[in-house]
Order: sequence, then structure tokens, then C-alpha cells
Amino acid sequence: MADKILMKGNEAIAEAGIKAGCRFFFGYPITPQNELPAYMARRLPMEDGVFLQAESEVAAINMVYGAAGAGARVMTSSSSPGISLKQEGISYMAGSELPGVIVNIIRGGPGLGGIQPAQSDYLQATKGGGHGDYRLLVLAPQSVQEAVDLTMEAFDLADKYRNPVMILGDGMIGQMMEPVEFPGETSPEELPKKEWATVGNEGRKANIINSLSLQAEKLEELNLRLQKKYKQMQEEEVRVETTKTEDAEYVIVAFGSMARIALSAVERAREEGIKVGLIRPISLFPYPEQVVGKVAEQAKFMLTVEMNCGQMLEDVRLAVNGRCPVYFYGRTGGVVPTSQEIYEKLMELVRGEK
Amino acid sequence: MMKELIIAGFGGQGVMLMGQVLAGAGMFEGKEVSWLPSYGPEMRGGTANCHVIVSEERIGSPFVSSPDVVVAMNLPSMDKFAPQLKEGGLLIINSSLIDTEPERKDIRVIKIPANELAAEVGSDRAANMVALGAIIEKVKIVEVDSIIESLKENLPERHHKLIPLNEEALKRGMEAARD
Repeated sequence: MADKILMKGNEAIAEAGIKAGCRFFFGYPITPQNELPAYMARRLPMEDGVFLQAESEVAAINMVYGAAGAGARVMTSSSSPGISLKQEGISYMAGSELPGVIVNIIRGGPGLGGIQPAQSDYLQATKGGGHGDYRLLVLAPQSVQEAVDLTMEAFDLADKYRNPVMILGDGMIGQMMEPVEFPGETSPEELPKKEWATVGNEGRKANIINSLSLQAEKLEELNLRLQKKYKQMQEEEVRVETTKTEDAEYVIVAFGSMARIALSAVERAREEGIKVGLIRPISLFPYPEQVVGKVAEQAKFMLTVEMNCGQMLEDVRLAVNGRCPVYFYGRTGGVVPTSQEIYEKLMELVRGEK
Repeated sequence: MMKELIIAGFGGQGVMLMGQVLAGAGMFEGKEVSWLPSYGPEMRGGTANCHVIVSEERIGSPFVSSPDVVVAMNLPSMDKFAPQLKEGGLLIINSSLIDTEPERKDIRVIKIPANELAAEVGSDRAANMVALGAIIEKVKIVEVDSIIESLKENLPERHHKLIPLNEEALKRGMEAARD
């Protein structure tokens, strides 16, 4: 077993990218994810890779597009306002069916907002974000170790679906230090060849990477192919963790760092004999709607807890589909709800039920 | 057993490093640990703090809202974090820089002249290690050997010549907390 090392979330995500065979990083600085590009700037040259600080987020995402088109494993990271700037390029990547990993370490918004942790980019991440009918595969880690594991997996998923994958964290995940282990290493040479990549066309027909399609029927065809991919993701890539839901009368739903804070509230309520469980969606798209729907059949209510004003709440309500009431508790703008607050909200609702 | 700490002081006093060394020591002992820094728009001379959890079990919230231990390296830190301490919690005060009494009577307080003790062993910049010594003496979450091991990991190679001084500072902090 490899030794554990104490690492910041941002740095661990960067190292996970390198371990997954990523040798290209393009970015632009913004708090609270600066340790990620800083780490890449130091490490990538040691691996004969390229770190480039672009002149803007727009330039950075288009460099990602270029490297992905040439078949490379490539990564970028930013925080909320920077991710908004990248949306055009992300839509182009989805339209051109290009793999790539995009990390969003969310800060409070809207606008330039603040720099403290938030989850207020949930809808942007899971419902498309840019223009057109596309989806990202979105993974939300709750710990530094999970951030490592999901980042490494994200590169495989991006290649499998030829689609951008987003790692959705927040300032807490990015800034905190926890012990981590890296499960292994892939060198770029070991990766399967990408037959569609634009690497010179000697001896074969030219590959073309493009998202412009002026014939409506052709564009519809592309869209239907994309939808098929998203359907396959829904069938094969749902990731979710349930804790103590087997006999739960009340269920909290939370993702990312919020879920571990909620877990402290669940454990405290359990000590007092209240039958509470926790559902933690790990993939936010595809959403674990079947798990949420099934648990809703036995639950008296669900309580969604988020660091925003109620975004995943919409997906929980869709999945529950009227089977039980769905309530919401959240803090926003960079305020982190304490487990005490969540516990109190839960108990208030439990008392209302009796 | 789970211990939640908030370590706070001026930017430049080494409170972030203190937390990292403590978390690293816990990790060496196979414990669950987390370290969460404040990362506001702070500057040298402003306030800085970190939340550290060392635990036998899986850690839920890495954000500490009611700590078992608060280490206040300066007065603004005591004013801000002493009110958050659990009832019966431990407040470690750097009495070199804090000469007022905490208002709360339902907590345990120990005063450590961290800067003076550090100056005695060679540099008042080791005040953070004196305070760290006081923590491990009073709270018994990690062994002193693990702290020294962690210090080696956390200090850049070029500062390794300072490890004996830091070790001495740790021991002075432990002795002062024992009195």
C-alpha cells in the first residue's frame, strides 16, 4: 500500500490528473482554486507536459479544445465566474464530441460574488451551462481522497463518451487538507489510440473536429447521437452513496462537502433514536433519480440541504415525483451551514410530522 | 475519540503550519485528520486561522463550529473564537501578547508565554511550536515523536537545520503546560 500524504484538495486534484496521464493544462487564475494551476505549473514540466497560463478563461478553454482535438488528455480548472466564461468553449467541446476534464471549485455568486465555498453552480453544471442541447458528466467529491479518485475516473469517462466531464467541488474541498493515496498511474503512451483525433492524415481520410453543421438534418442527427450518449450515461454511470436509508423515515439529500456536514447531523439524530438516512448523489449528471425515488416510497419526508437557495432541490422533487414532501434548507453566498443548524431544521420538521 | 481545534493568530505567526504539523502527526498515527484554512482576503498582520480535526472515526464536517480546543496566539483571535468553545473546552492563550482575561468562566484556560519561551530557545518565531507543545501536552491527541516526524515533512529541506530548535520549543511548551 502506498503511503498516505497530507494534501490540499486543489493540489491533489492536479496530481490525480497527472497520474491519469494528463500532460496539458490551460487555465487562468482565480480564488479559491489557485493552488491547482500553481501545482500544475511546477509539476507538468517534470513530466514533459505543458502548463500554460492563458490570457483569459475563454482562451484557456479553446486551448483545451485544441489539445483534446489532437487526442491528448487535457484539463482546465477555474471557479464560478471563470467557469461562466468557459461555457461557450464547453458547448463547442460537447458539439465536437471532445473529451476533457473541467474542474469548478465553486465560490459564492452571482456575478463576481465572493471567494468562500458555495454550491450555487449546480444548475449551470448539470443542465448544460452553455447553449445547445448538451450535458456534461458531473462528479461531486466530498473529500480530498474522493476528489482524487473521481478526477482519475473523469479522464476515462471523458474518453469513453467523447464528452467533457466536470469535477464540481467548492472552496472547502479545494482548500482543505486530508490524507490521500494515489491508486496508480497511467502514462500517456499506455492509453488507447484515438482514431478520430486530428494528428496528421497520412494514409487515411482526414479527421475533422468541428461543431458547425449548417444542414438541419445533419445537426439533428448529431443531437440524436449526443442524446443516445446521455441516455447511456444514465444507464451506466450513476454514482450514489446511501447511509442508513434502509429503515429511514426521514431522509436528507446532500452532495459534495455539504453531505459530510449533513452526515454529522444524521448521526446525532440517530443517537436520539430518530430514523434518519442520507442520500449522497456523487454523479450529479446522470442524477441518481431511481435511488431517490425508491427511498421516497418509504420516507415521511425528504430534506434537501445545499449551499445555495435550492438548486438540486429541483432534481430531488422530480425524482420523488410526489411520493413524499420535499423540504429545503440552505445557506448561501459563502456561508457554510453547520451540522447543528441542519439538525435543528430536521428536528423541527420531525416534530411537525408527529 | 474526536478532537476539534481552532488555531488562530496574526498572519505570520505560523498558525497554519501549526495546524498542518498537528494534522500530519495524526495521519502518521493512522488517525483520521482534516485541516481547513481560512482563506479570506488576509494579509500579513491580519488574522489567520485553521480548523483541525484529529479523530479515531471518520470525520463528518471539516468545518469546526464548536471546538474542543481554541489556541489564541493574539487578542483578536481570543475575542473571536473563545465564545465558540464547547462548555468545558480548553482555551490556550499566548500570554506574551494577550494580557486580558477571557470572559467565560465555563472553560479551562491555560496561559503560555509562547513568544518568551521561544526566544529563550533561540527564536521567538518558534512561538507556534511552543503553543503546539502545550496542545499535545494537554489534549494528548498525538505523540511528540509524531509531531517531529510531521515537522520534517512539512518544513522545506532548507529549513531542516531549524528542527532541533523547533523540537526544543515544543518541549518548552509541553513543560509550561504541565506546571
